[in-house]
Amino acid sequence: MSDFFSLLVEEFPRVRSGLWVTLQATVLGALLAGVLAFALGLMAGSRLLLARGVSRVVVEFFRGTSLYIQLFWLYYAMPLLTGYELTPVVCGVVAFGLNFGAYGAEVVRGAINSVPRGQYEAAIALNLSPSRRLWKVILPQAWVQMIPSFTNLLIQLLKATPLLWLISAADLMTVIQQLRDRTGETLTAYLTLLVAYFVLAYALTMLMNLLERSAKRRLGLDTGAKGLFKSRSAATTAVGGTR
Amino acid sequence: MNGFDWNAVGESLPLLLEGFKVTLLATVLGTLVAAVLGLAVAMAGRAPSKFVTVPVRLVTEFVRSTPLLVQLVGAAALFNTVEPLYIGITVLGVHYAAYTSEVYRAGIDGVPKGQWEACRALSLSPRRTWQAVILPQAVRNVLPALGNYAISMFKETPFLAVITVQEMVFEARKYGAEQFAYTEVFTLAGLIFLVASYPTSLLMRKLEKRLGH
Repeated sequence: MSDFFSLLVEEFPRVRSGLWVTLQATVLGALLAGVLAFALGLMAGSRLLLARGVSRVVVEFFRGTSLYIQLFWLYYAMPLLTGYELTPVVCGVVAFGLNFGAYGAEVVRGAINSVPRGQYEAAIALNLSPSRRLWKVILPQAWVQMIPSFTNLLIQLLKATPLLWLISAADLMTVIQQLRDRTGETLTAYLTLLVAYFVLAYALTMLMNLLERSAKRRLGLDTGAKGLFKSRSAATTAVGGTR
Repeated sequence: MNGFDWNAVGESLPLLLEGFKVTLLATVLGTLVAAVLGLAVAMAGRAPSKFVTVPVRLVTEFVRSTPLLVQLVGAAALFNTVEPLYIGITVLGVHYAAYTSEVYRAGIDGVPKGQWEACRALSLSPRRTWQAVILPQAVRNVLPALGNYAISMFKETPFLAVITVQEMVFEARKYGAEQFAYTEVFTLAGLIFLVASYPTSLLMRKLEKRLGH
């Protein structure tokens, strides 16, 4: 066994805590992004011009100014401007949440728009209140449409977490790079790191496939077990533009 | 709290714009690599033998699912004698080729089966089938998606600063560290990105609508 792997086993507690930081940033960032995506996406479909305008400006702003710069702005610039400092992981969660929330908002908007007009009309004809119309008729159908795009965004978010290394959070990349520096085995170290991210990405994809299956079942759509192992498809990101 | 220093803005703007040229160069060349390599991968993915298609599929899936930053830093550490800009362009190109190949695949699948059959009936060679019939139809459908990937690549070029390519963010970090003016330079760099990418994405959206997507 090479030096790198024996050191990896020896330093397992640190590797595990690095993995934990990466997962934490991914999951918390995704939750924040999800909340923002729904808030901004629903606002984009509102009848109020003000709500639509605010949503548009926020979405374009966070989509237009590179994630990298947003993260650095939060980490380096904000403390100078406001005197208020965030820990690296919180910086990451906020930046990931805002950036991917903006992309997610487009997904939510696109999915809601794709629900057939007749469904709205039927809900109105049945005299459902606006909130029941949204919760019971529109969202369950739009949700199924959103999941594949959300899966793509989630993996993009996971792939953005090594940025935490640049703002000195002890994430998975930081830890593995320290092991590389101590053993000098560059190729082994980076391949291990890539494989680790690949496994995480695939695990997250399968979780999202499970979610998609349960969402489809609620609509009474047929779902086979085969769909659980399918990988993501880049071509489906067309909803709301690619990232 | 030391507020916003407008002098720093004026002073750093020329530096940032100088770096921005490198950012643009990397984006254009990276997109070119991704567009060509992606097509090659998509065509290889349609090979008749599973010994070709399965590895191609696995490799693209792997490249697509792993972070660009790790790929960049790893490549730069392995090939530390090569100019960082070349490494940056190659890694960006290869990373995005994994995405564009899927786009091409969908574009090629979108060409009606009858077109393939007609080519066989006319006994065109495989080369002429691709060149004269399939690709012209597929590429037209694929252009808007390629444009979108170019825009997202543009927004990921700041990663190149990490492997010491002297693009805009590299300059911003340098100036920020020297003058302790991070607020000004990062705000400015963000605005430059916004100004450059927003009109482009508007244009792409128009193009997409025009091509009927």
